[in-house]
Amino acid sequence: MFDRRLIQYFNWGFAGLVLLLSGLGVLTLYSAVSGGDPSPEQVLYVKQMIWFGIGYSILLVTILIDYRRLEGGAYFIYIGCILLLIAVLFVGRQAGGSQRWLSLGFISIQPSELIKVAIVILLARCYSSTLSTEGLNFYQLLKPMILVAVPFFLILIQPDLGTAMVMMLIAASMTLFVKVEKKTLLTIVLTGVMSVPLAWFTLLKSYQKRRVLTFLDPERDPLGAGYHIIQSKIAIGSGMISGKGLFLGTQNTLSFLPEQHTDFIFAVWAEEWGFIGSFFMVFLFMLLIIWGLNIAYACKEPFGTILAVGVTAIIFWQVIINISMVMGLMPVVGVPLPFVSYGGSSVITIMICASILLNISMRRFAAE
Amino acid sequence: MRNSFYIKIEDREWYRRRLIGSIIIVAGAFLVIIVRLFQLQAIEGAEYRRLSEHNCIRLQSIPPSRGLIYDANGELLVDNRPAFNLKIVVKDADPLEETLEKLAALLDTAPEELQETLKNSRSVPSYQPVLLRQDIDRDAVAAIEVNSFDLPGVSVEIEPRRQYIFGDTAAHFLGYMGEINEAELKRQPKELGYRSGDLMGKFGVERAFDGFLRGKPGGRQVEVNASGQVVHVLQEIPAKPGGNIYLTLDRRLQQKAEELTQEIAAVVVVMEPNRGDILAMVSSPSFDPNIFLGGLSNSQWEYLIGHPYRPLENKAVQGEYAPASTYKIVTAIAGLEEGVIDEKTRIFCPGYYPFGNRVFRCWRRGGHGTMDVKSALSQSCDVYFYQVGQKLGVDRLAAYAKEMGLGQYTDISLDRESQGLIPTAAWKRRRTGIPWMEGETLSLAIGQGYNLVTPLQMAVLTSAVANGGRVLKPRILSRLAPADPDLPAEAAPEMEQKEAEHYLEWSRETMDIVREGLWRVVNGTRGTARVSRLEGVEICGKTGTGQVVSRKTGEKEVKENVPAHYRAHAWFVAYAPAQAPKIAVSVLVENGEHGSSTAAPIARELIRHYLKVDG
Repeated sequence: MFDRRLIQYFNWGFAGLVLLLSGLGVLTLYSAVSGGDPSPEQVLYVKQMIWFGIGYSILLVTILIDYRRLEGGAYFIYIGCILLLIAVLFVGRQAGGSQRWLSLGFISIQPSELIKVAIVILLARCYSSTLSTEGLNFYQLLKPMILVAVPFFLILIQPDLGTAMVMMLIAASMTLFVKVEKKTLLTIVLTGVMSVPLAWFTLLKSYQKRRVLTFLDPERDPLGAGYHIIQSKIAIGSGMISGKGLFLGTQNTLSFLPEQHTDFIFAVWAEEWGFIGSFFMVFLFMLLIIWGLNIAYACKEPFGTILAVGVTAIIFWQVIINISMVMGLMPVVGVPLPFVSYGGSSVITIMICASILLNISMRRFAAE
Repeated sequence: MRNSFYIKIEDREWYRRRLIGSIIIVAGAFLVIIVRLFQLQAIEGAEYRRLSEHNCIRLQSIPPSRGLIYDANGELLVDNRPAFNLKIVVKDADPLEETLEKLAALLDTAPEELQETLKNSRSVPSYQPVLLRQDIDRDAVAAIEVNSFDLPGVSVEIEPRRQYIFGDTAAHFLGYMGEINEAELKRQPKELGYRSGDLMGKFGVERAFDGFLRGKPGGRQVEVNASGQVVHVLQEIPAKPGGNIYLTLDRRLQQKAEELTQEIAAVVVVMEPNRGDILAMVSSPSFDPNIFLGGLSNSQWEYLIGHPYRPLENKAVQGEYAPASTYKIVTAIAGLEEGVIDEKTRIFCPGYYPFGNRVFRCWRRGGHGTMDVKSALSQSCDVYFYQVGQKLGVDRLAAYAKEMGLGQYTDISLDRESQGLIPTAAWKRRRTGIPWMEGETLSLAIGQGYNLVTPLQMAVLTSAVANGGRVLKPRILSRLAPADPDLPAEAAPEMEQKEAEHYLEWSRETMDIVREGLWRVVNGTRGTARVSRLEGVEICGKTGTGQVVSRKTGEKEVKENVPAHYRAHAWFVAYAPAQAPKIAVSVLVENGEHGSSTAAPIARELIRHYLKVDG
């Protein structure tokens, strides 16, 4: 029988926040692709609304299913995503020099987006059974490390350095949250630090080194990434305190901004709404993330807690990396801004994340 | 659920501490972002607002200097010269109308023409320069520079421009450049940095080795003032020059061949018969590749497209012709090797050969009398070869032709090569549904019928006869000289030509017999090309007269009645000197009627020139 408490405990505030952010996202996208004018590219924001429609439908259906069933299905989801990643390598669609999309006829999906959620679910399952307040030791860490390494390398050879890195950060966040023994942590960190120069001087070819260097320092590529960063900084800075007003951003309409509807979309928002608007959006994201951690705290069983932390980490790292990147604080990597950047896979992933958090939140009574 | 136990009360405190730790990290990260936002928007905002109002950071592309092309003797054929290109940045050219009017007055042209050019490049963002005029003269440059203050957004850039030093010499071989089109742009990997508006090789060597010749473009990030002039350069990546190419071509021989084929539609391929080097390749009439650089005018384009002699086609590799009597070389070799004839086999030629209900005629109405294989080659007796062909059958004949490279791509590194056609019984059934008729084999044996070959294939075949049976891959590169020792390691190896050749397993006797026959064509008392004898050098060759439309048997030929483009094509293939061949030539004159009178003298002059024989 349907439990009434599910409605009683439904987290209306969090749901409202998600709704608000998706609304702002579509508005920004509309401005980015059309500048308020009808144009052929406008179809993008309609597509995005359809994606949100699909996302919300998934959300409404999945919150009815107890999230704890994910624990049992963790390996199936993981293996399914791994198979998709392998499929991408063979039959994927190429764009911009790497192979990331899987074409399903009318739509394309990006399995590297979905694998993030799969990893989080699987790690939540692993850690919730091995958890101890002293922290994990090396042998307990071995399995999760292997499980993360497989998709990591599959994404790395696409090549999609940015997504691989984000996935690593998410996994690391979850691992550090459940605590690692000091001795083990030190060993892993030291090994990592030492293996970097080893890989640099022995494994990497010179063109790969060049690519990594450009990735770390866009100034090395003043005609590509370096130029994008300058234009993006001009866009953000020129918004000043109160912004130029909706649809009045010039950097965007004169097409100085690269990929203004995907990775650089925050610059469009910041130009039009100024510091006040940017602060507002950043604040909403922070609220969302702290709320996510609060949901983790309110949950009274380990799987749900760790899952909530992992899902929150997905949102956190994407927001931080994307915004830092457009402000020139970080290398330009292809990480989308949740809710705002254009992209079906990104929208669906973020809606799944929201769904899982709401799901955990509305079932917190279970402990009482 | 596997994990149904809840967190113990004493552990709740542990969780609380870890979550508070996480919140502190999150808040710290967001604080950094907000501080940075404040810095960009509140503190430096005014400066960025100024930059955005007149967005003055521009990207300028630095074109690489394209590799030079030399002939085999190191003589420069294609280089780059500095040219003045007129460019405009629409966003800076304010007011645009007025600027264009002033500019048009200085250039002595109508403002509408300049506007037309702008309209054609609407896809270029308004802050990027559009090429208005290429290669303007010094007077115009001086006028524009003097008035630069009144011409905001207008600039004159000195950029390298391709120069084909000898004009239309070897134009089909060297090729030409043109603006990259949409489809080509999509095909190029991103790393190569092709951008719309770039020139790329479109034909010939320019196209085949575009990647090597091109180099890598650089660029600079500059800040410009309100009228679009560069205030300072922020960052710059120099362009990497392209590599130089040394061809196998001999410029003097090439020009000699062109001289000999003026005013006619003709093809000449000169090959070094031991290595396969292409020494000259003429497809007449030619064109001047320089005119493609600035974009062709309509009248130039229509002239080139509408010309009955098809000047844009490289007939040496693209043209497919009936091989005519030159094909008797193949029939003779096949006959001897298969044992259907030998050196002494004699056949009487009365001037015709009845077969089925048809009568096949010899070109010599009165007949040749008794012929053996050598005399049949030298006098090009059709009746002899009808009978050899009949005994061989179509498929055996085809096998020999294919082994000698006919009906196969030679894999020369030039684009748009035609394959030619060597028919077999199976081919005809597949193609027309009608079984092979034996009479057709007779026509094939003398090089008429479905047979189609390119002049280059005939040069390869002639070389194979000259060098004792090696079918060579034609080589056009003698050396690649990369500009940057970093670049070639990736680019050069795949361009180095592999010596793809195969040996024909023919007996020495066969080769000696055929060579003797070809020697007599020129040097024998009754040879068909006797007029092209050369004092001091013994030439071996074979004439051919390829029908353009099949003529009804028995109809009397009156030369004046046949329209020029229905006249037969004239062939002559040759090599010299007979004992130690150094040069192989394949000549085809379209509608030249007789190989002996039009094609053979061209080959003789080239051999004379190359071997430096007087007389």
